[in-house]
Amino acid sequence: MGTRTRLNGDGPATAARRETVPTVRRTLPLRVEAVRQLRRRRTLVAFAILLVLPWVLVAAFQIGGDPGREAPGLVTVATASAMNFALFALFVSAGFLLVVAVALFCGDTVAAEAGWSSLRYLLAAPVPRARLLRQKLVVALGYAALAVFSLPAMSLLAGTVAFGWGAVELPTGGTVPAGTALGRMAVIVGYALVSQLVVAALAFLLSVTTDSPLGAVGGAVGLVIVSNILDAVTALGGVRDFLPTHWSYSWMDALQPQIQWTGMAKGTAISVAYSVVLLALAFRRFRGKDVVS
Amino acid sequence: MPRRWAITAAAGVLAVGGGLVWAAADDAPPVRVEHHRIQVVDGPDDDQRVTLDASFFPPVGHRSAPAVMLAHGFGGSKDDTRAEAEELARAGYAVLTWSARGFGRSTGEIALDSPDYEVKDTRQLIDWLARRPEVQRDPGAADPRVGIAGESYGGAIALLTAAHDPRVDAIAPQQTWNDLAAVLFPNATGAQPRTGVFKKLWAGIFFTAGSPDNGPGPAPSTACGRFLPSLCEMYQEVAETGRPTDEAVRVLRRSSPAAYADRIKAPTLLVQGQTDSLFPLDQADAGARAIARNGVPVSVAWIQGGHDGGDQETGRVRGLVRDWFDRHLRRNGQAAPPAFAVSRTGGIDSSTQEVVIQAATASTYPGLRANVRDVPLAGREQTVFNPAGGTPASVSALPGLGALGALDGLGAGGMLPSDIPGQAATFDSRPLDRPLHLTGAPTVRIRVSGDEDAALFAKLYDVAPDGRAAPARRLAAPLRVEKSGEVTVTLPPMDYRFDRGHRLRLVLSTTDMGFATSPKPAAHKVAVVSGLSVPTVPALHTPGAPLPGWVWGLPLAALALAAGLLVQGRRPRRDSPDPALADVPLQITGLTKRYRNGHLAVDDLSLRVEQGQVLGLLGPNGAGKTTTLRMLMGLIHPDAGEIRIFGHRVRPGAPVLARLGSFVEGPGFLPHLSGRDNLDLYWRATGRPAADAHLDEALAIADLGAALERPVRTYSQGMRQRLAIAQAMLGLPDLLVLDEPTNGLDPPQIREMRDVLVRYAATGRTVIVSSHLLAEVEQTCTHAVVMSRGRRVAAGPVAEIVGTRQRLEDAFLEIIGEGT
Repeated sequence: MGTRTRLNGDGPATAARRETVPTVRRTLPLRVEAVRQLRRRRTLVAFAILLVLPWVLVAAFQIGGDPGREAPGLVTVATASAMNFALFALFVSAGFLLVVAVALFCGDTVAAEAGWSSLRYLLAAPVPRARLLRQKLVVALGYAALAVFSLPAMSLLAGTVAFGWGAVELPTGGTVPAGTALGRMAVIVGYALVSQLVVAALAFLLSVTTDSPLGAVGGAVGLVIVSNILDAVTALGGVRDFLPTHWSYSWMDALQPQIQWTGMAKGTAISVAYSVVLLALAFRRFRGKDVVS
Repeated sequence: MPRRWAITAAAGVLAVGGGLVWAAADDAPPVRVEHHRIQVVDGPDDDQRVTLDASFFPPVGHRSAPAVMLAHGFGGSKDDTRAEAEELARAGYAVLTWSARGFGRSTGEIALDSPDYEVKDTRQLIDWLARRPEVQRDPGAADPRVGIAGESYGGAIALLTAAHDPRVDAIAPQQTWNDLAAVLFPNATGAQPRTGVFKKLWAGIFFTAGSPDNGPGPAPSTACGRFLPSLCEMYQEVAETGRPTDEAVRVLRRSSPAAYADRIKAPTLLVQGQTDSLFPLDQADAGARAIARNGVPVSVAWIQGGHDGGDQETGRVRGLVRDWFDRHLRRNGQAAPPAFAVSRTGGIDSSTQEVVIQAATASTYPGLRANVRDVPLAGREQTVFNPAGGTPASVSALPGLGALGALDGLGAGGMLPSDIPGQAATFDSRPLDRPLHLTGAPTVRIRVSGDEDAALFAKLYDVAPDGRAAPARRLAAPLRVEKSGEVTVTLPPMDYRFDRGHRLRLVLSTTDMGFATSPKPAAHKVAVVSGLSVPTVPALHTPGAPLPGWVWGLPLAALALAAGLLVQGRRPRRDSPDPALADVPLQITGLTKRYRNGHLAVDDLSLRVEQGQVLGLLGPNGAGKTTTLRMLMGLIHPDAGEIRIFGHRVRPGAPVLARLGSFVEGPGFLPHLSGRDNLDLYWRATGRPAADAHLDEALAIADLGAALERPVRTYSQGMRQRLAIAQAMLGLPDLLVLDEPTNGLDPPQIREMRDVLVRYAATGRTVIVSSHLLAEVEQTCTHAVVMSRGRRVAAGPVAEIVGTRQRLEDAFLEIIGEGT
């Protein structure tokens, strides 16, 4: 402990008169929260995996040779062009990898702070609870979106290097020129983001409920697994339409000669409906919570 | 518990969306059915007695209502139409279904919807309906309000009965024939059936497999089941030669609505299949145009499926039929349906793996030759060979193959071998510079030369830019040319979109599996002498596929629920600062907190701290010190009482907390960031100006040296402790709260800490220290509060508490003892 410590500063008399109210609205700026999260190892590892995966896939195709052409599907046309490759990469990762990435960013954000005990100091700083959640949610969703976006983006780059830029060959037959396909790619990535919203929201709700980041992330991923299992039970019939993951591959409707919007509209409705309720529960829960971590 | 309630409510609302759908489906009212054996008399001389097996479904919810007669398809019985009958009865119609003569449990023999037989039967069924009280009557003696609907064989009886009985008020024939002779002996040159090409496969199915042999009547008397013997003989003769006799044409014409079309005065809805090589779209076209000439409303709908298979769109067709009868039988003001509707494949719904069908509609029926566009065809004269014996034959349509048709529309077809090398001449257009949507029957003029009569099959293919060719529709138009000559060929009518960059290909083949061709080997030279004349209907407009209501309703309901969740649990805020306490760093009044497990952690605690004091908060473990400090920081909601800092009430996130610096229950840092970054980011998170942080002074207290730049996870317990105290002192708060600040510090550091706190209070600020080390408190603090079991048991200047005793420790133990 430094022996020459000086504690001058403003005297308490002046400090007492200082208006403290306006500063609350500037607490926990997005940039600060982004920096706090960015340097975390799990952020860097998650992005590293997502950015390396396309190159691994490229290597796999180079070693394994061209996929066979017997069955229609995204894999058979994966090496047709950069965009085909990006679509394939999205197809193989949408079911699990991206889910884990999204759950990671949204499920860990509050629970990890609770685990480090830093949450109570932020709250006492003071950062109002609703604001803390809002800022954390925005940053977490931002990172999650960046993760979902970075995979196809890197795949486009890797695909261009390996297979060249060109028109997209549709799995059902036929081709779409590169310009149109880029627009459809935007639709696809946009929808992939929306459909992951429900995972993000659930992870976030669990994140404010538990102090264990692993529990929050695992819980959200578990929901996806359970929902997929129930979705496989065809006997459930129309009820499956309301499962959160039932429409998660509806973005493939953008790969038909004419885009089919119905599935994506339904998926968006389901995802948004669940997310809004789950997020409201998260805010409500956090607002009344006794923070004892 | 409000949280439980909220989650249950959320689940409930989401479940209701699914539940309503079920409830609606299970809610159908029961339908009564009466089975009748109705005696009728028919035959050319009205001398044949036949018993028809019929079912009558009284209308649900009406005493009397218009009647709908549902006729079944070839080879079927009244049971086939039961589901549709129940639906219509539920919708308030009296419904009659029956097995036609020669089918099911009805007696008699099949006469192919002959006016002498089946039509007479049906008219007597109308007489029967006229006697039923449940059937609404039109003005007139025995004129029930009646409509007839049916598919295929049943569609023709609808048309033929309407032609022979003016009492029929509306008809909805589906997938049926207009001219049976032209159906079985088509000729795409427009010549008479006498020269047509025999549709042998379909005719064979029609005449042999047509009737089940397990009927209750007498055993089948002919090789073609329960057909009239005369019809059977006619078929056998025709099938043997592959050429129709005049008598056959006359008989078939007699069973054709085309012969009586000018007498059909009932509004007519014609539904025809696009996947139908038996009764192609031109049958509906001819019927529609002929009936429309009588001045009655006519609507035409082309569905995806047909006799070859494919999507029969049952639900949509039933809806169309119901609407048609609502408008023309019930006359309830149901809007007029579009005059022309075409089902188009829009793609595949990925969730159901089903092909999406969209209905394009137009307000007028344009016929098969509207807005003709000429597409030039290239290709020199080619020689095609008719193989000996007529085999191997190419394949266009086959019964059941129609299911592939929908995939063709998506470009996935073309997997089926269709043409045999040497048998087909092909003529291609140039790649299209813009999409071309063909709706109708294209025509082309060709020249054929050779030594023999030529039977050719004209087909249209779609050639993708990569050269892959697929049939636009699996349909072939047969034509016969006598030796040499030029003819205009009408290709099969269809609705098909050719994409930009694709080519149209005309294929003229010498064989087709479905037709009878000459067994004699021959060679023909074939050339096109005109472009392909392609009809289009730009007026066809596809309204967007309707989305289920929940697509909009569910998110809105969720938003409402979310708003409810957020509003409902809100705590009231009616705090105003107490000006009398503006200079009092801390006043706690009646503070109580009981944890959810029932433990009363803080019990009616009151205390007051003045400026410049260094207050020691003492108490054994579980005395409620930490709970109190957490409430002071706004982390825990008190059950009762209040905390005021400088007169402002403390709530979670209250702005006045900015004047509080705290270190409670150990440090809390981001382990991956350095000590400096932690403090820097923490201060930036408070939103206050960097200049107010007094970072250097705080860092001096932490005294971490070079370790400041290392990640916090590498720190020792003491280093973290010092950094946390430094963080609490950031901005030099007016009230500093430290919980066990000397944990993990070595003796010199403890001493230094003591000095720091004393000096800090000396500037007029206030310090609260909670500690177990009573000696430390005694040396550092001016005042002390002793807590036990959540209650304050002593308070005042340290000297007062120590009183006459030697040390604070003794006093403390004594007080605690009293407290228990």
